[in-house]
Amino acid sequence: MVARFTSLKLSLSIARVHLFSKPKQTIIAMLGVTFGIGMFIALIGLMTGLNDFTEEITMTSSPDIHIYHDITEKRVSILEAVNPQGINVVHHQKPKNETAKLRGAARMVEVLRQDARIYGVAPMITSQVFYNYGPAQLNGQIQGVEILEEDKLFDLKAKMKDGRLEDLLAFHEGIIMGSGLARKLNIKKGDRVVITTPQGFTRTLKVVGIFQIGIGAVDNVRSYANMSMVQTILQQDKSYITDINIKLKDRHTSKTVAKELQTKFVYKAEDWETANATFLTGVTIRNIITYAVSFTLLVVAGFGIYNILNMTIYNKMKDIAILKAMGFAGMDVRSIFMIQSLVIGLLGGLLGLLVGFTLSSLIAQAPFDGGDVISLDHFPVNFKLKYYITGIVFGVSTTAIAGYMPSRKAAKIDPIEILRGQ
Amino acid sequence: MNPVLHAKNITKYFYDPEKFQVLKNIELKVERGQFLSLVGKSGCGKSTLMYVLSTMDTDYEGELQIANELLTGKSQNALAKFRNRHIGFVFQFHYLLPEFTVLQNVMIPALKLGELTTAEIEHRAMEKLGLLGVAEHARKKTNKLSGGQQQRVAIARALINNPDILMGDEPTGNLDSHNSGIVFEIFRELTTVHKQTIIAVTHDEEFARRTDRVVEMSDGQIITS
Repeated sequence: MVARFTSLKLSLSIARVHLFSKPKQTIIAMLGVTFGIGMFIALIGLMTGLNDFTEEITMTSSPDIHIYHDITEKRVSILEAVNPQGINVVHHQKPKNETAKLRGAARMVEVLRQDARIYGVAPMITSQVFYNYGPAQLNGQIQGVEILEEDKLFDLKAKMKDGRLEDLLAFHEGIIMGSGLARKLNIKKGDRVVITTPQGFTRTLKVVGIFQIGIGAVDNVRSYANMSMVQTILQQDKSYITDINIKLKDRHTSKTVAKELQTKFVYKAEDWETANATFLTGVTIRNIITYAVSFTLLVVAGFGIYNILNMTIYNKMKDIAILKAMGFAGMDVRSIFMIQSLVIGLLGGLLGLLVGFTLSSLIAQAPFDGGDVISLDHFPVNFKLKYYITGIVFGVSTTAIAGYMPSRKAAKIDPIEILRGQ
Repeated sequence: MNPVLHAKNITKYFYDPEKFQVLKNIELKVERGQFLSLVGKSGCGKSTLMYVLSTMDTDYEGELQIANELLTGKSQNALAKFRNRHIGFVFQFHYLLPEFTVLQNVMIPALKLGELTTAEIEHRAMEKLGLLGVAEHARKKTNKLSGGQQQRVAIARALINNPDILMGDEPTGNLDSHNSGIVFEIFRELTTVHKQTIIAVTHDEEFARRTDRVVEMSDGQIITS
């Protein structure tokens, strides 16, 4: 054990001498790794930063589970109902004339509130409407909500740009409007706006606040109003509820819970992953690109190390031969060169983390205009420790693989061929 | 007394470019403290025999015993360990590691052996360098020394672990007559004063004639010993 240790120490000091005797070569090999890891950190920081940002705003704009009456859902045709055993073909089955109303919504809300997995339940009414302000007419959506329940789910208080949520409670004929919509209509807090429903009813509401969630798809079309107000506009009774939004304690269980609720209540229960499939595909693709680019960079760095070690070994054939004659085993020779590549990998990698951190910090300060789609003024960059650990592990293992092959070759050198009198 | 080296019925073939018997039933016993030179024409197999005796070449038939240990059939790692402890090498070229100082070069085999502390090894290395008259160059890089001095450092390195046998492959082959003379005198002194066994392959007749025993080879066989 002691002999083994001293052997390793000896290999280490020989490796050190080799590294220091050709500093330029060592530094170039190191910079290859540094560049690879630095870019990996910067890329992954930016990409996951963007991913987290989109996931966060997606979460704030869509509930974990959304229960609604999907009138386009395939239903059993009359033919199938009377002739269940037969082969039935029904072409172009049209949706039944049904209202979007959830039957027994109040009861459902009560049941849901008993569920231990559920953090919050917000029933609401959604309807397409036209917003009229002077001659301007815009297509949009109005949601009749219990605003405080809604706040519990989506943290609306933090999203208010003007006015307060409570103003909606105080003012029955109030409306809180999305910032994009307000801008298009040129409306400010305190202005009045005329709402027209698809059924042709109109009502004038007063804008008591303006919110901005950060996604154009929401901010440009949505407004919140009191539930009873919207029921009135739509000429519906107090039990008219079209949607129930649910927030879970653990949103990663939403898929299973949604499935369970759908069978329980018969109405469509959609989880956030399904609702935001396009966003999530973007996340996956960004991850693939990041890892592919970083992997390529590191492989290139690996080839650099492979080359340099190969050259070193070629130049040191005689030294290796004499070491083996003097009693160095293949393993000792291999460790001399493995240590060199690991040192290059580790130092280059650590430097790479530093470069990556610096680059990330610079990117995080760069101004970026998300435009109407998402409200961003700087790039969101991630500084999570786990990516730095991944980076260094990735870098060191690449250099270990790149160093292994030349090192093994060095270990196999036959001393006789070199030492025999030339 | 047991011989320090005993080669029994050593036979070896080369296969490239065609099968060729390079060593034929070699029998050799070397006594402790003997200064032996191995001579013969080019291609007679003397170097090949020495590399078999050195344990570096394991591709042979027969048996090899050094210091009462049977070495035939041992693993490469075991043989490397054995060489480290029991055999010192001097070659035609010095093969000193250029990035290290003279002292470090001499110390490496002992550090590898790991039986002594670094301070003890350094002390012993200085002793060996003193014995060979190059102690004052201990802190220099090896390429700052002359050819004769480098070869003396190589001998000091070969002696650092007090090996049972010092093996030389043309140890004076790359030296002028003055330096050859010095190296020979060192070998002479090592055998007479320190009872060091030496086996040296040479084609220097003057060198061979002055050794204790001359083993002459021809066509893979020992013809006089």
